[in-house]
Amino acid sequence: MSSPEASHERPLSPHLQIYRWQITNTLSIVHRLTGFALSAGTLLLVYWLIAVATGPGRFAYAQALITSWPGQLLMLGWTFSLFYHLGNGIRHLSWDAGWGFELKTLRATGWLVVLFSLIMTGVCWWLAGAIPGIAP
Amino acid sequence: MKFRTPLSHARGLGSAKEGTGHWWAQRLTAIALVPLMLWFAWSIIGLTSADYATVHAWIAQPTNAGVLLILIYAAFYHSMLGLQVIIEDYVHVRWMELMLMILVRFASIILGVAAALAVVLIATES
Repeated sequence: MSSPEASHERPLSPHLQIYRWQITNTLSIVHRLTGFALSAGTLLLVYWLIAVATGPGRFAYAQALITSWPGQLLMLGWTFSLFYHLGNGIRHLSWDAGWGFELKTLRATGWLVVLFSLIMTGVCWWLAGAIPGIAP
Repeated sequence: MKFRTPLSHARGLGSAKEGTGHWWAQRLTAIALVPLMLWFAWSIIGLTSADYATVHAWIAQPTNAGVLLILIYAAFYHSMLGLQVIIEDYVHVRWMELMLMILVRFASIILGVAAALAVVLIATES
């Protein structure tokens, strides 16, 4: 923390007002948004687990909430968020390992993450609908 | 009137001294969450139209309960660290930042414990 007079009115990176919008910064923002969404999603996980622990009545109520259309919309959002954050998280980990910083690679892996999260979301929802009774 | 040199002032304020710890914990939980969340998504898909007894039995199964507990720990830890960074980046009013930090930390622990307790109760019930 610097002193107030030093931090006051200093321009903030990445200078959004003159920054050219592109895939890399968009993906970065979406990573943060999906992370936040997933954090909020943990509330549903806690609620759902407590409902199961409480008994069939509460569980039925929770299932009704989840299968209602707003519930399904949230679930769809969370499915996408999960796979996006997971895919882009692996991209982040590869940067930590020092790989993939070249602009070309950066853009390619970025689009790959978008494709991966969309496909995985589709596959998951297809699986959930197509083979509902697979043995746990 | 300041009697300390800028350097001494900066040293006095210090860093959070947890930079590496935070970074490392975020990465460790991230690595753990990759297989955990794939397993979780796969499991939830299998449970989509399951009845109460099936869901209960699935959570109560020891391996599932154990992995769920690890998942809960990793997920809440990771989410807490992530929310902390978001607060640090966007909340510039010091007292508000501090309040939100405390809130995120407390909420993460309370919710994490609640989730874990539910799993333990389900696993030990039958």
